[in-house]
Amino acid sequence: MFRDITIGQYLPGESFIHRLDPRTKILSVLFFMVGIFGLKHLYSYLFVLALTLTVILVARIPLGYLLKGLKPIFIILIFTVGLHLFLTPGQILVEIGPLSITLEGIMKASFMALRLIFLVLFASLLTLTTAPMSLTDGLEKLLAPFAKVGLPAHELAMMMSIALRFIPTLIDETDKIMKAQKARGADFESGNIWQRAKSMIPILVPLFVSAFRRADELAMAMEARCYRGSEGRTRMKQLVYRKTDLIVTLGMGSAMVAAFFFL
Amino acid sequence: MIKIDNVIHTYKKHSDEEVQALCGISLDIQEGEFLVIIGHNGSGKSTLAKHLNTLLIPSEGQVLIDGLDSTDPDMVWNIRSRVGMVFQNPDNQLIATTVEDDVAFGCENLGIESGEIRARVDDALATVGMAGFGNKEPHYLSGGQKQRVAIAGVIAMRPKYLVLDEPTAMLDPRGRQEVMETIHRLNKEEGLTIVHITHYMEEASQADRVVVMEDGKIVAQGCPREIFSQVKLLKSLRMDVPPMTELASILNEAGLEVDKTLLTVEEMVDALC
Ligand SMILES: Nc1ncnc2c1ncn2[C@@H]1O[C@H](COP(=O)(O)OP(=O)(O)OP(=O)(O)O)[C@@H](O)[C@H]1O
Ligand SMILES: [Mg+2]
Repeated sequence: MFRDITIGQYLPGESFIHRLDPRTKILSVLFFMVGIFGLKHLYSYLFVLALTLTVILVARIPLGYLLKGLKPIFIILIFTVGLHLFLTPGQILVEIGPLSITLEGIMKASFMALRLIFLVLFASLLTLTTAPMSLTDGLEKLLAPFAKVGLPAHELAMMMSIALRFIPTLIDETDKIMKAQKARGADFESGNIWQRAKSMIPILVPLFVSAFRRADELAMAMEARCYRGSEGRTRMKQLVYRKTDLIVTLGMGSAMVAAFFFL
Repeated sequence: MIKIDNVIHTYKKHSDEEVQALCGISLDIQEGEFLVIIGHNGSGKSTLAKHLNTLLIPSEGQVLIDGLDSTDPDMVWNIRSRVGMVFQNPDNQLIATTVEDDVAFGCENLGIESGEIRARVDDALATVGMAGFGNKEPHYLSGGQKQRVAIAGVIAMRPKYLVLDEPTAMLDPRGRQEVMETIHRLNKEEGLTIVHITHYMEEASQADRVVVMEDGKIVAQGCPREIFSQVKLLKSLRMDVPPMTELASILNEAGLEVDKTLLTVEEMVDALC
């Protein structure tokens, strides 16, 4: 049941995109996010589409795999589209009872849908082409300047990497607990939302208890291996920011500035 | 050498209630030896193990690791880099998302330079028979493989002592064998001192020395043959005895004289025929 989750999944590879520095990729996604909210015309999404397709092709990520990652946002997508479709005032095209669809509504709904889809696609490209450790290393480096003003950059990165490490373990455990509760006659599939939510309690309680025990043991194992925060810590895999990284970062930056102001 | 001198450890619970988990333990652990600690649940084995690398410090008494006092806060990291520790649950001691990053974790904390870490990681993975698994995610490994990765992560830090707290308890027979072969090889070939805590008597029977704990005290110690021949004592401590040793003891009681210290079926066959 939880097997479909592709968040944080990584597809190992040797492509140009795979080999880019994680900082380059994180910054590119940031630029992309800002740029895409500046687009004013529907046709300018052709530009974004071309860019996204190029990245997919260069990274050699199977399209089907990428589209599967859109499944979790499907509900949000429908909700957003519906909201904009029916609630935007303007020139009325169709009227269904109390609801009306406007030209502006259609425009806005498609804008929002496209933005969401491209955002998720681009963000999953980041995680699909970047090893989790390298992603968190990149984040730590990017946040390092803010450490001076008290942002716990190293701790945040460590938390994220531990979370990524334990997601599959906890998913497995949830599966096991659900099976155990089902064997005892628990029913997760029928009833209204409230009843279903209530039937999750016997899953969540043991899951939390075990997660706390795991956290405790993990902390001890980390201490036993001489972990004491970022102080005096070196890394086996060091990030190298190459010339190509600079070019890609600047390229993405200027493309998105262009998109923001001119498209 | 690790010198444990009259150590008492008291856990304080929230309700001001105190539990004395170690009641005056004295034990010397020699370099290069393979020491096994057995004892019933709650006898204080884990508490003792955690004293060996300053995860716990004694309430009374002293633990000296190569002469370094475990109560000295300046020595904590020095001691922890000498005494490596492997825990029971393989899932809860792997930190990183790939095998090689996990093995590198300890070395990174020691501040070793990047090229040297890479060499040590490859070396450690080869030693535990996991070469070629560097890029795998821990999630996809078997229990025995995870536990060997955990061992690799510790030996990459080049410790002198390796303390293992029931590393085989959650493994299937095959995983157990993999882990036991690995630590025996580390002991023989790399000269690592092993302190192995277990509930499995066949693992204890391969040790140089066995220490039996009960209620926070050491109640017996000696070579496996001496220990297991004390069938009555072990039974009274609710512990298993190797089946052949138990049979030998029964035969002796029945009047047939066989060697009380024999451990295996082969030895029993030799003794009888
Ligand atoms: N953190 C703690 N706080 C309070 N009491 C504790 C704590 N840890 C252990 N104890 C108690 O100390 C005693 C010894 O526990 P310890 O875990 O050392 O035993 P053990 O021999 O390792 O047992 P097991 O075979 O179950 O692992 C037990 O009575 C236990 O309840
Ligand atoms: Mg224990």
